[in-house]
Amino acid sequence: MKAIKDYIKRLFLLELRDGLKVTGRYLFDKKITVQYPDERTPQSHRFRGRHALRRYPNGEERCIACKLCEAVCPALAITIEADHRPDGTRSTTRYEIDLTKCIFCGLCEESCPVDSIVETRVFEYSGEQRGDLLMTKEKLLAAGEQLEKQLAADKALDRAYR
Amino acid sequence: MPEIRNYTLNFGPQHPAAHGVLRLVLELDGEVIQRADPHVGLLHRATEKLAESKPFNQNIPYMDRLDYVSMMCNEHAYVMAIEKLLGIEPPIRAQYIRVMFDEITRILNHLLWLGTHGLDIGAMTIFLYAFREREDLIDCYEAVTGARMHAAYYRPGGVYRDLPDRMPHYEKSKWHNETEVKRLNTNRQGSLLDFIEDFTKRFPQYVDEYETLLTENRIWKQRTVGIGVVSPERAQNLGFSGPMLRGSGIEWDLRKKQPYEVYDKLDFDIPIGLNGDTYDRYLVRMEEMRQSNHIIEQCVDWLRKNPGPVMVANHKIAPPKRETMKSEMEGLIHHFKFFSESYCVPEGEVYQAVEHPKGEFGIYLISDGANKPYRMKIRAPGFAHLAAMDEMAKGHMIADVVALIGTQDIVFGEIDR
Repeated sequence: MKAIKDYIKRLFLLELRDGLKVTGRYLFDKKITVQYPDERTPQSHRFRGRHALRRYPNGEERCIACKLCEAVCPALAITIEADHRPDGTRSTTRYEIDLTKCIFCGLCEESCPVDSIVETRVFEYSGEQRGDLLMTKEKLLAAGEQLEKQLAADKALDRAYR
Repeated sequence: MPEIRNYTLNFGPQHPAAHGVLRLVLELDGEVIQRADPHVGLLHRATEKLAESKPFNQNIPYMDRLDYVSMMCNEHAYVMAIEKLLGIEPPIRAQYIRVMFDEITRILNHLLWLGTHGLDIGAMTIFLYAFREREDLIDCYEAVTGARMHAAYYRPGGVYRDLPDRMPHYEKSKWHNETEVKRLNTNRQGSLLDFIEDFTKRFPQYVDEYETLLTENRIWKQRTVGIGVVSPERAQNLGFSGPMLRGSGIEWDLRKKQPYEVYDKLDFDIPIGLNGDTYDRYLVRMEEMRQSNHIIEQCVDWLRKNPGPVMVANHKIAPPKRETMKSEMEGLIHHFKFFSESYCVPEGEVYQAVEHPKGEFGIYLISDGANKPYRMKIRAPGFAHLAAMDEMAKGHMIADVVALIGTQDIVFGEIDR
């Protein structure tokens, strides 16, 4: 009996019909395609993208050159040189992140005691020339200024968890 | 009469079906394989050596990059090895979170395997459907860790952060108006747990769809039934583990045999195959996805009811809360000590294995009492499977090699390390 059933199934391509039913249903279903770059998939507030250095609301740099991020970076992507400023405060004279080395693990952000170095939501970046992917202090601070509103909101959302 | 010689063919490392950088040297008699000689090492990144130069916690991001389709499971073996050396146990909530994400990772891995395996053998549609579900799970990864793949989330003593209470939303665009965006966001209104729960409710139907497309399909069966048969004895002798071993009919699963974390409190079954061929291993993995889904359901249920800490309170091993670090001197000192010097682990050796989606993934760790491993050995399941390629491929056609690579679920990140 089973053999006859199997034979009929095979003869009339029943399993192929079932499969085509599934694909046919999706053919006429609502599409799930996200039309990048006109629209994007939702991005978490914890997203770890390209870095930025933040400032305090009064314009002062947050970074105190404690070099914890440099010490904790597994890929050795961060280089810091520090000096005293005329007013006696410590600050970095050089702060560089080599994005070609960085593995975006987020340990720098985790270790920063003053919430200075952060990872932003920016993931679309490229470089055409040598050095374009080396984030210098100026570039990092500029990114921080540009994104400060978003960064402050994201960090506030995550404060309770850290 | 001219001498008839076997033809030697290079398969890969640039072949699209070679899953990364596999190079196979095939000795052919016509179209029949006489010998298959896998060459490894093209993705060797010296992870084991690298680990010897970094404090324990800084190695976690590199664990993600071993088997780069089941990221958190690799981390799990590593952090559990350290915990074993330290003699600490993470809080129960952290254990549930880890188990839940291990199972999410298992589904992620099996979906990628299903998609690529299907694509190799000629089933195009399944790839698109599998990646649709992967997108949801990768969103869970992103919501909790901030990275879509390389999570760096598990830590010795727990997990980095608790699960977020909100999910990001889709935004209006010229392609989707307000009502459509609202529809897309319906399962994103609540917390991450709500999102995962919604997924677990939808997922069994998706697996049914995959099975409708493949399980009875005549082309799929022609390509998989009877290909690469491994007897139970040979599977054991070859050092198989995971679905490769279970496909041959041996009921072996570390989650049941040596329960770690909270697996002994959860209800699930381990599927086994009968014939040990590619088709059976396909069926085993499909059922594993359903079982993983069931485990996730139970974890979500538990996590909802039991809030609590997700990290041990010992600040020698885990950094203090940021609030403490910013307001108390001791917290600040702990913070600086932890991130600059890390912690020292007692002298000793441990082996810790987890049931990785691909099999038994183990970390053998030797510590000489310093803040970094003295030696770390990674036991990659894929390596043993690849070593059996010659035996499995012998006597089959060239086209079946592709099916075998698929069924072994080879990922070179872990094989070459």
